[in-house]
Amino acid sequence: MQDQNSVLEVEGLGVRFRTEEGDVPAVQGASFSVQRGEVLCIVGESGCGKSITSLSVMGLLPDSAKAEGSIRFDGNDLLAMSQEEIRQIRGNEVSMIFQEPMTSLNPVFTVGFQVMEPLVIHRKLSKREAYEEAVRLLEQVGIPDPRKRMEQYPHELSGGMRQRVMIAIALSCQPKLLIADEPTTALDVTIQAQILDLILKLKEETGMGVVLITHDMGVVAETADRVVVMYAGKVVEEADAETLFQDPKHPYTKGLLRSMPSVDDETYALEPIPGKLPKPGEMPQGCPFHPRCDDAMDRCRVESPRVFTVGPGHTSRCWLGEEEKQNHAGKSVG
Amino acid sequence: MANLIVRRLLQLIPLLLGISFIVFISLHLAPGDPASMIGGPTATKEDLASIREDLGLNDSLFTQYLRYIGGVLQGDLGYSYQTQQSVTEAIMIRFPNTFNLSVASIIVATVIGVGAGIISAIKQNTSLDVLSTVGALAGISIPNFWLGSMLILLFAVYWQWFPVAGITSPPWTMQGIKELALPAITLGTGSAALIARMTRSAVLEVIRQDYIRTARAKGVREKNVILLHCMRNAMIPVITVIGLNFGFLLGGTIITEQVFAINGVGRLLIQAIAARDYTMVQGAVLLIATLFVLVNLLVDILYALVDPRIRYE
Ligand SMILES: Nc1ncnc2c1ncn2[C@@H]1O[C@H](COP(=O)(O)OP(=O)(O)O)[C@@H](O)[C@H]1O
Ligand SMILES: [Mg+2]
Repeated sequence: MQDQNSVLEVEGLGVRFRTEEGDVPAVQGASFSVQRGEVLCIVGESGCGKSITSLSVMGLLPDSAKAEGSIRFDGNDLLAMSQEEIRQIRGNEVSMIFQEPMTSLNPVFTVGFQVMEPLVIHRKLSKREAYEEAVRLLEQVGIPDPRKRMEQYPHELSGGMRQRVMIAIALSCQPKLLIADEPTTALDVTIQAQILDLILKLKEETGMGVVLITHDMGVVAETADRVVVMYAGKVVEEADAETLFQDPKHPYTKGLLRSMPSVDDETYALEPIPGKLPKPGEMPQGCPFHPRCDDAMDRCRVESPRVFTVGPGHTSRCWLGEEEKQNHAGKSVG
Repeated sequence: MANLIVRRLLQLIPLLLGISFIVFISLHLAPGDPASMIGGPTATKEDLASIREDLGLNDSLFTQYLRYIGGVLQGDLGYSYQTQQSVTEAIMIRFPNTFNLSVASIIVATVIGVGAGIISAIKQNTSLDVLSTVGALAGISIPNFWLGSMLILLFAVYWQWFPVAGITSPPWTMQGIKELALPAITLGTGSAALIARMTRSAVLEVIRQDYIRTARAKGVREKNVILLHCMRNAMIPVITVIGLNFGFLLGGTIITEQVFAINGVGRLLIQAIAARDYTMVQGAVLLIATLFVLVNLLVDILYALVDPRIRYE
């Protein structure tokens, strides 16, 4: 697992929330890694633990949450760091952009102030240097008339423009890793494509690793090098993008693919996965997916599946994986 | 911005006319005859009649009001029925004391209120938060005259750290600060409590906003996350409460000046009411009302400065 080329290595990540009904696990035994210059997509239904996973990496979990396992960034365990150590990495070597561009910028500060801020904090630029660099960044993310925008307030910008500003802020210190949590979910379709293209273009230019979180298989198809599929707080399948679309192993992944709208075929019938994601405190016994699974066997109702390696760099957390003939030694996590 | 100020100043005119009219009417309709107060117990019927004639009390109310307003517009608030002194002069002598007292009080209230509010928000549900909640409740409930008397007993009479009463020195001297301290705390405590409550809920509301998470994600130091990113937003509702309280403080000076024997407009007002000194009461109320309106204008301007989404055009 000690790969020279990986920026982020998450091993057995678990996150529990302290609630009035007791401890509730939101993420369990999640493992994945991100290489330099690679886009890793984390995909899954709303509530499956994608945001919590990414906030763990940023050290931004709510106070009521407790994380365990290890998150190695550039070889150092982020979970073992002090608040101050991780603050110096945030916005500097690891950056994040969020789902809601409309509310993610501070309404009472100018765009310029907000773009300059990390430059002053991390790169220790003077006000004047930071101003020029901020103008350059706004230009780089495709904002027309950047000098005028510098003086404007967020409410004077459209959602797409605000997300570009967020990207400019995230890229300001040339991070090694960019985490984008549903960056286009709140935007119009055409703007969505522009923002995704921008992220891919910037990734090419800078060679950073990208974790792109989405619930939309269409976005995965357009952007991913590797894919991690999450369900009910667990990673249920991981593969490179081509393999995942060609040869998905986990029934949940297959369900997601069936529910993906087809661009070519207007008459294509969407097939949403029946049933609902169980809540963290109300997990069924056995495999958490079995109540919604067409292929569920008796075993699935009692015994939670291990992670099986079903191909090169391809794992699946499903008992069906055990029967796969190219079975490498199955490893158990969580 | 200049537009806003001019417009609000123009709005002030009908407002103040209305206030002066109401004060004027209500005092004249109240029982009690100023002529007999001026003439004293020995005055004859003829004396009283001539005093009424002199004061113009026999004219219609409306005529009297117009005459009064005509004077006010020239800075002449009339003459005291009781002492024959110029009302403008009597108020101007006392106004600095009242002004210093209310400004000192609002500073005390803002510093304590905002500070306690921030602490109890970021230490939500800890013992510090509970302490501040209980403190605020006490601050709101304790009457000013009682708090003032207790402060005098403890800090002026028993420990003798502060003078017992009166203001004799300008507020920028050490002596002046000492003289203002107890009255300002007395007057500011209730407002401090209200400001603390408002600050706490404003901070709690702002701190869970997405842009605060963004600030942390940028690596902003926690101190600046709170004092810069959070407070710039939380100040918007807090400014309203501070402005309103400044208005209430002006009214509160009446009791506090009485307790601390401060020669201010509030005390003047109480004496004037007791003496049915119509012109004096009108002058003092008009001044307090004007200040109240001016403070509101100031709040609106501060709003526009703090919140870029507000533009008055
Ligand atoms: N502050 C919290 N307290 C308790 N549970 C939470 C909290 N935040 C998130 N969760 C739970 O954690 C799970 C994962 O949430 P999240 O990571 O936001 O999902 P998503 O995949 O949609 O991003 C959800 O089931 C949610 O109920
Ligand atoms: Mg999410």
